[in-house]
Formats: sequence, structure tokens, C-alpha cells
Amino acid sequence: MHWLTHPILAAAFALTGAHEHSSLLSNRTRLRGLALLIALLVPALALAADRVPKPDIIIDKPGQCVEDTATMRRGHPDMLKHQRDLTVREGVRTRQYSLKGCIECHASTKTGSVLGDKGFCQSCHDYASVKLDCFECHSSKPKPASEPKS
Amino acid sequence: MSTNEESGISRRGFLAISSATLGGVMLAPGVRLIEVASARVPEQAASKQVRWGLLIDTDKCATGCDDCVKACATENGIKDTGHPRTDAQWIRKVELKDGRSGRTHSVPVMCQHCERPPCVAVCPTGASFKRADGIVLVDRHTCIGCRYCMMACPYKARSIVFQDVTDQKPEVPRGKGCVEGCTLCVHRVDQDRQPACVEACAKAGHNAMTFGNLNDPQSEIAQRVAKFSTSRIRADLKLDPGVHYQGL
Repeated sequence: MHWLTHPILAAAFALTGAHEHSSLLSNRTRLRGLALLIALLVPALALAADRVPKPDIIIDKPGQCVEDTATMRRGHPDMLKHQRDLTVREGVRTRQYSLKGCIECHASTKTGSVLGDKGFCQSCHDYASVKLDCFECHSSKPKPASEPKS
Repeated sequence: MSTNEESGISRRGFLAISSATLGGVMLAPGVRLIEVASARVPEQAASKQVRWGLLIDTDKCATGCDDCVKACATENGIKDTGHPRTDAQWIRKVELKDGRSGRTHSVPVMCQHCERPPCVAVCPTGASFKRADGIVLVDRHTCIGCRYCMMACPYKARSIVFQDVTDQKPEVPRGKGCVEGCTLCVHRVDQDRQPACVEACAKAGHNAMTFGNLNDPQSEIAQRVAKFSTSRIRADLKLDPGVHYQGL
């Protein structure tokens, strides 16, 4: 939306008289206009913040993740990277920070996957525009319950 | 109060300790109440004390049977993409015939899990590596698909994936552009299970394949390697493979 077509901004623009010759207006008028502009802009910005789309994070199994939410949001790539080296290179197969552990808990109950528009991994990665490479090789679905658990 | 409790060990605790010790003691050579030190907890890294190996009895391996190959494909999610010349091949059956005597052999050939693997020596990124317990693997996270290892391997044990892969098995991640080969079913081995090919061979009643720890003198494989004449393919290369062949 162009700023001039925005109703609140356009009103403020008219009131401050920015489109007129500034010499025609007294300093007092301009100051009053500026104060009004700020007063109008603050709620306008607050409104704008609500209009920013947020990713749909659907958590089918609520409960405590392996770390608190803030740590998980920021640190999950490091955790996965550390764990993958331990698993591939040394054969440590603990589940706490493993990708398989993530998928088992976070796969959608509808699609059975962490991918898809509303999938746990993909919804956020699409939103943040961060490429999700894991699933070029890794399965995005947990092992079917019929097969023996590993 | 008994004397045991005074010395800090309760009667119950003493019994528990003694039964656990007895359980680990061999009753007869090779026979134990509880298999000690075989199970590895998930937190524990693969150990240098272990050297996983395979022994293939070529007299028992049946000509025309490819149960091991099928089991491998099922276990690891290897599917026919319609390009047989370039499809990944982790294990194959090779038919051998002595030109003079006419004696035939049918043997499965897969990654030989060398002690000194040439595929590891040539890898420019360190993706091809040997685990502490002797299993030679590709770390797909670092593999760039250059295929040096495929050229270095004298057993033609590695393949590169040319096609996009979908519906992978959760425990066997695979993808386009990476080199791969037999992992000795490392995901099973880490849970004290046998590789899929060995299991399939036993199921078919051939029992031509034995999997085990070559470093454990009590294991069946180590005892058979010590007892019978076994050979390794291209032993002249001195790569010390973990796969032994009997009767070749």
C-alpha cells in the first residue's frame, strides 16, 4: 500500500500541510500537526504489527520438548548437527536430540509428516525462508507402528 | 544385625552382586548364562574392541538364490528406478566357475569393510570413513558425490544415487548425489541385531552367512575363522577386509 493511500497517513499528511508551502504556515501550526501525526502513527504501527502474518505452528502433541521453547527455536539446528555427527560417526543412538525423535513427536496426526504447508518443520521454514535440506535424504514420517521399533 | 550389614553390604545386595557375577561367568567354553559386553547402550560410542565381520560359506550359498540381495533392498529402501545399469547396488550375487575343473561357486559380494579402506584414503572431504568397530560408511552430510571412492574400491562395492529418492526408511536416509554402499546394516548392528542379509540367509535355511565380532574369541565367526581355511577377495592388496569367504 502506498503511504499516501493509507487513510491515517494521508490525514496526517494533510494536517501537517507538508504539501503546501511551508512558509505559509506558522511554526506553531506545524508543531501541532507533527504532534497529531505522531499520535496517529503510533496506533497505526501497532495495527500494522498485527497484520504481519505469523507461521502456523501446529503442535499435535502438547507437552515439554527436550528444551524450552526459546532454546528450541534458536538452537535446534546446532543440536541436530551435533547429534548427527555423534550418530553417524560414533554410533551413539540416543533419541533426545535426534531428528528421528523430532519427527516421531512432531509429525502431523493428519498427514503423518513434518512436511506439507502446515507441517511442523515446513510451515516455519517456509515463513523464515530457510531451506530445509534434511528431508532430501531423511524420511519426514515416523516409522509405522506395525514395524518393530528401533 | 548380620555381619554383612555391618560391612556395608546387605544380604540382598550381596546376592544380587554374586548372581550378576555368576551370570557373566562362562558355564562351558562359548556358553554363557548372560552374554556379557555384547550389548551396547545407545549412549555408548562404537568401540575399537569390536571388529565386525562376515563369514560367507560358499559351499552353503545356493546358486540362483538372491534372498540376501532382496532382504538388503527391503531393509534399506533400495528400489528399482527402471535404470538397472545405474541403480544403487549394495550387495550382488556373483557366479564363479573354475575354467579347468568346472567347479562353480555362487557368492554374495558387498562392501568388504576393510581395515585399511582405499575409499577412505581417497575421499577429499572425509565423508568416507571407518567407524571404530570396523564398519566402513559414507557420511552423506559431507559427501559431495565426487565418486573417487567408487574408483578406488577394488570390490566395486559403492554406487552413486542418480535419481531423487522418496519414501526412505526412517533409519536409512538416502538421497540423490551421494555415494553409498553396504553399511553392514549399522542401524541393526547398533541394536545387537544381525544384518538383514544374514537374517534372510538363515531364514531360507542356507545359513551361509555368519555375522559377528572377529575380535571376540568366543564368537562363532572368530572360532570358525580360526578353525577353517578362509580367504579374502584380493587378499594380495593387503586391505584386511572384514568379510571372509570359506571354501572359495
